[in-house]
Amino acid sequence: MEIFIFIVIIFYLLSTIGYFAYLFLQKDVFQQTGFYLLVAGFCCHTAAIGFRFIQSGHFPVNNLHEVLSIVGWTIAGVFLVFQYRFQLKVLGVYAAPLVSIVMVIAVKFPNAPHQMNNILNNVWLVVHVVAVFIGEASFALACGVGLLYLLQEHAIKSKKHGFFFRRLPSLELLDTTGYACILTGFAMLTFGLIAGFVYAKAVWGRFWSWDPKEIWSGITWLLYAALLHQRLTVGWRGRRAAIMAIIGFAIILFTFLGVNFLLQGHHGEFTKL
Amino acid sequence: MLDIVLMGLNHKTAPVTLRECLAFSEDETSVALEVFQESPAITEAMLISTCNRVEVLMATSDTSNAADTVKVFFSEFKNLPVSEFEKSLYIHEGDNAVRHVFRVASSLDSMVVGEPQILGQIKTAYQIAISKKTSGVLLNKLLHRTFFVAKRVRSETGIGDHAVSISYAAVELGRKIFGTFEGKKVLLIGAGEMAELAVEHLIRNRAGDILVANRTFKNGVALARRFKGQAIRFEEITGFLEHVDIIISSTGSPDYVVTRDQVKGIIRRRRNRPLFFIDIAVPRDIDPGINRLTNSYVYDIDDLKGIVDENMEDRNREAIKGERIVDEAVISFRHWFESLDVIPTIVELRNKMEDIAKGEIKKTLQTLKHLSNDDHEAIGRMTNAMIKKILHDPTLLLKSNGHHQNKSVYLDATRKLFKLDE
Repeated sequence: MEIFIFIVIIFYLLSTIGYFAYLFLQKDVFQQTGFYLLVAGFCCHTAAIGFRFIQSGHFPVNNLHEVLSIVGWTIAGVFLVFQYRFQLKVLGVYAAPLVSIVMVIAVKFPNAPHQMNNILNNVWLVVHVVAVFIGEASFALACGVGLLYLLQEHAIKSKKHGFFFRRLPSLELLDTTGYACILTGFAMLTFGLIAGFVYAKAVWGRFWSWDPKEIWSGITWLLYAALLHQRLTVGWRGRRAAIMAIIGFAIILFTFLGVNFLLQGHHGEFTKL
Repeated sequence: MLDIVLMGLNHKTAPVTLRECLAFSEDETSVALEVFQESPAITEAMLISTCNRVEVLMATSDTSNAADTVKVFFSEFKNLPVSEFEKSLYIHEGDNAVRHVFRVASSLDSMVVGEPQILGQIKTAYQIAISKKTSGVLLNKLLHRTFFVAKRVRSETGIGDHAVSISYAAVELGRKIFGTFEGKKVLLIGAGEMAELAVEHLIRNRAGDILVANRTFKNGVALARRFKGQAIRFEEITGFLEHVDIIISSTGSPDYVVTRDQVKGIIRRRRNRPLFFIDIAVPRDIDPGINRLTNSYVYDIDDLKGIVDENMEDRNREAIKGERIVDEAVISFRHWFESLDVIPTIVELRNKMEDIAKGEIKKTLQTLKHLSNDDHEAIGRMTNAMIKKILHDPTLLLKSNGHHQNKSVYLDATRKLFKLDE
């Protein structure tokens, strides 16, 4: 079982190398290799998670190791979809290392199955987790795209066309991709939160428990809702949207990790070391 | 020994006043080739004449006479004493001529490295030589190789990448902002060659509506008609800022034609869509403060020149890679050139052997009247096999690439040993 995860990590690391080679040498073959390596890694990763699922009989979000593994998996998956749709070749330079790092960290944590009660045997849980994680992965990508946007915008505004200028696509493409990521992320987050409410009602009897994670997720949701609203009405695009995407992701990191480690609540069970 | 020779002048050796005197139109080129064909010193010829060079590419075994023929022809045809242009002429032979042709075609010798027209011009010159039947084995092979090398240099290096003209640099920049120009509206304020060229580039790249504003409405209308766009009055510019995406400005105005306040007011109404100002005018037309506004980008002529200079440096760096490709190709061409001698020599050798064999068989068979037809054939097969085996090793050696430095020595020895040159 462990060997599987190592193979996955090797694929992701090789993909990272491919994308960095593309960044420095600008030969398209590197970018393509990086992409296919990521695809290979993703397939192995899917298989690994699938095995775990079948083996234990429930969705593998028992401990920090498994949770991080799912996180890496969703980021890779979401990236592959957006890459296929938007052809933003340079984005791999952000996504591949991110996925690799997540998986390397995941491996550092022990994979001891936790004593969980039956609350894990519920389809709404799976939907909740997968939807929320896909949403968060989309926001992670939006953050990456936002960073690239700010880099490129700075190069154009300051008239200093440094290392990145040639390697980054147009501002328009970056902005459009970022917008698509946020839209997807918001839709999935909404869907995932609703699934979470249904699950909570089924397991604990109430929709909302004032659990810190629920509160911070609500804050996150409101923030992205505001972002989308401003974009559609006033036209918050370009620089502002990029900055908001980065701030939003910072909040997501806190919601995802900080809450679990710093505050108490029923979500803490899932990320117990 | 027939070899390749190139003679001519270019923008580095002759000023434009001299080059224009020696320029050849397509018809004149045909006439020149006819004259060259009649000269005993010149076996194959091609003439290329562009605004930056006039060169004659020849296959000849008598370089000095060939060169004189060309000089005399130039002088008589163009009514110019030889002394007027002789100093500007350069002459390359053998590998140097081949290298020169490859470099020129790959635009490494052009005024602007990486320019795309030269290859087409060489192709035209070659077509004329073909139609006049003045190109033969050597020039045909050379030219085909040339096209291949030029294509390699273009695709494997970045010498043709990135804009080296102000107008094109502006358009490339626009592409980095907008991605695609489709549906983007363009406003031209004023007039001028660079500005109009930029508009043409944008139109070619599928830009949307074109608006033209000129202090003299009549001029604006004329320009607008040229671009199939719409003319607006100068005073209406502020109103239209909301609707256009790219503004190119080139007026003689001493003050700013578009100010920061004008733009600040309409950003919200544009819903923050990006706005790109190309300011080609001196003194500047566009308030540079606009660059500090959200999603607004202003590039003046110095900024654009900076981009062009950067790109030129890049092209020159890429040119070094191109030179390497050319060097490889020159060596490879030399190999082919030398192999030309090997095949005829081997053929002649074999022919001589077979002639000797035939003669001896005939003589011998006359004395062996009792042999059957089958026996005759067997003897024939035997001698053929003997010749083949005897010549196998020498043939391999002559054809092999390992000895190419001594190839001509071996060839020469072979020809002498077997008296192939009687």
